[in-house]
Amino acid sequence: MKNEALFRFLLRLGDDSLILGQRLAEWCGHGPILEEDIAMTNISLDLIGQAMSILDYAGVVEDKGRDCDKLGLLRFESEYVNLLLVEQPNGDFGDTMMRQFLFDAFRKPLYERLVNSSDKQLAAIADKSLKETRYHLKHSSEWIIRLGDGTEESHTRIQNSLDTLWRYSSELFYSDEVDNELTKTGILPDLSGIRSEWEATVNSVFQQATIVIPTNNWKFEGGRLGRHSEHFGHLLSELQYMQRAYPNMQW
Amino acid sequence: MRVLESVELEQKFQDKIDKEIKIEPNDWMPDAYRKTLIRQMSQHAHSEVVGMLPEANWITRAPNLRRKAVLLAKVQDEAGHGLYLYSATETLGADREATIDDLHSGKAKYSSIFNYPAVSWADIGAIGWLVDGAAIMNQVALCRCSYGPYARAMVKICKEESFHQRQGYELLTTLANGSPEQKQLAQEALNRFWWPALMMFGPNDDESPNSAQSMKWKIKRLSNDELRQNFIDATVPQAELIGLKVPDPNLKWNEETGHYDFSPINWDEFWQVVGGNGPCNKQRVDARRKAKENGLWVREAAMAFAEKRASRKSA
Repeated sequence: MKNEALFRFLLRLGDDSLILGQRLAEWCGHGPILEEDIAMTNISLDLIGQAMSILDYAGVVEDKGRDCDKLGLLRFESEYVNLLLVEQPNGDFGDTMMRQFLFDAFRKPLYERLVNSSDKQLAAIADKSLKETRYHLKHSSEWIIRLGDGTEESHTRIQNSLDTLWRYSSELFYSDEVDNELTKTGILPDLSGIRSEWEATVNSVFQQATIVIPTNNWKFEGGRLGRHSEHFGHLLSELQYMQRAYPNMQW
Repeated sequence: MRVLESVELEQKFQDKIDKEIKIEPNDWMPDAYRKTLIRQMSQHAHSEVVGMLPEANWITRAPNLRRKAVLLAKVQDEAGHGLYLYSATETLGADREATIDDLHSGKAKYSSIFNYPAVSWADIGAIGWLVDGAAIMNQVALCRCSYGPYARAMVKICKEESFHQRQGYELLTTLANGSPEQKQLAQEALNRFWWPALMMFGPNDDESPNSAQSMKWKIKRLSNDELRQNFIDATVPQAELIGLKVPDPNLKWNEETGHYDFSPINWDEFWQVVGGNGPCNKQRVDARRKAKENGLWVREAAMAFAEKRASRKSA
């Protein structure tokens, strides 16, 4: 392998897009209003597109002949390294938007830095994805504010969504030897400012939405190391169904 | 006097139609013309939206990521068509939510084809190839419909539908050229969807009482049987090209007529499915109704928020 740290970093990035795209696709045909059906399908499509470029590139870096389908659809559960946040079930529309918002608010500053990576391919993928992510963040922020400052019911619901999902937010900033190694070699620019930027975004949006961050700060982490929630196996059983049922075929 | 006036208006209206001048939203039109269009266009919109369900059922299980992306894009197109058609219907004074409630109460229909299940990945190919293919036959004719907003909506929609049709055919071609299991999936999908696709054109001409008036108004340009025959003539060679067998023992090219002969259609099945007894009628309408009910709090929140903002601005 050319660069193991880069391979592992790309898997994390690609798996986040893939798994969240898969989750959002479950909404298709069942959205609260036709316009949102279109929006969520569109965001799902963007994320699947990102996953394809990122995992294809991961396959090149790994240099064992795996492409986005082999990596995306044929690994075992513990080999996926997405955030626990993105594999959480859709719940109601508010849960889905809160999951999306916490993620988008992280993804945007991340991509803004990755466009300056010394790795040209990674920088190019980040550049294309950043344009999409700006729209995603605008969309999810507006819904958080609308639901928080809408009716009493929507306020209660979106506060509950935040209370449930907050515990998965610390993992957004998980970092280990993979990141250290890539920062040392200059492939990753300095990522240290992402957290404060994310905090500024969520604080501002939550303030407008009149909802509050829960005081329970217990952290749920493990996805980055392949330790997943109970929900994940079910997600994979759909995601991998055809590849497992009909192995080694062209589609 | 008033009677005379309306006769004159109707004459002028028909003259315009005969001269191929489009009718626009603010033009005078007979009530029956307006009602016919509202019914047809809203049911067309419902068909696009209900039609998302059998395909959406396979997005999370698509066999590779490219197919997943293509299917997402396709279903998103269908949702866009629905939105476009609801908007076009609103130009006639109809209320979008009220027409949707008619769908949920069972008063309004949608294309019966979507009451058949999509049980294998190959069905996604068959739906694109046959269902979108049959829809195009209808919709190309509708591009010349006398009502301007409907005709223009159809021009855009037809472009996307013909893309879907080719995608569906390409999907099945891949299967037909694949392993024995994949070939079998493709053949079974054709067997399942062939007859329901032929039924999409509606009853035989002599059983279609509203057709004559719609033809006179140029809402409809070709008869059900003409469209069906065109579809069969275009589709049979495509099936043969990829080695699939059309499930009709009497299908035969007729040199004399220049068309394919085919077996009689099972109209009992057609009317049963139209009447609510198809394999998925209940499931489809329940899914749409549930989506609307579950989304009520979201729509209420959006309205309340918009009102708050407006009043804060004006304060």
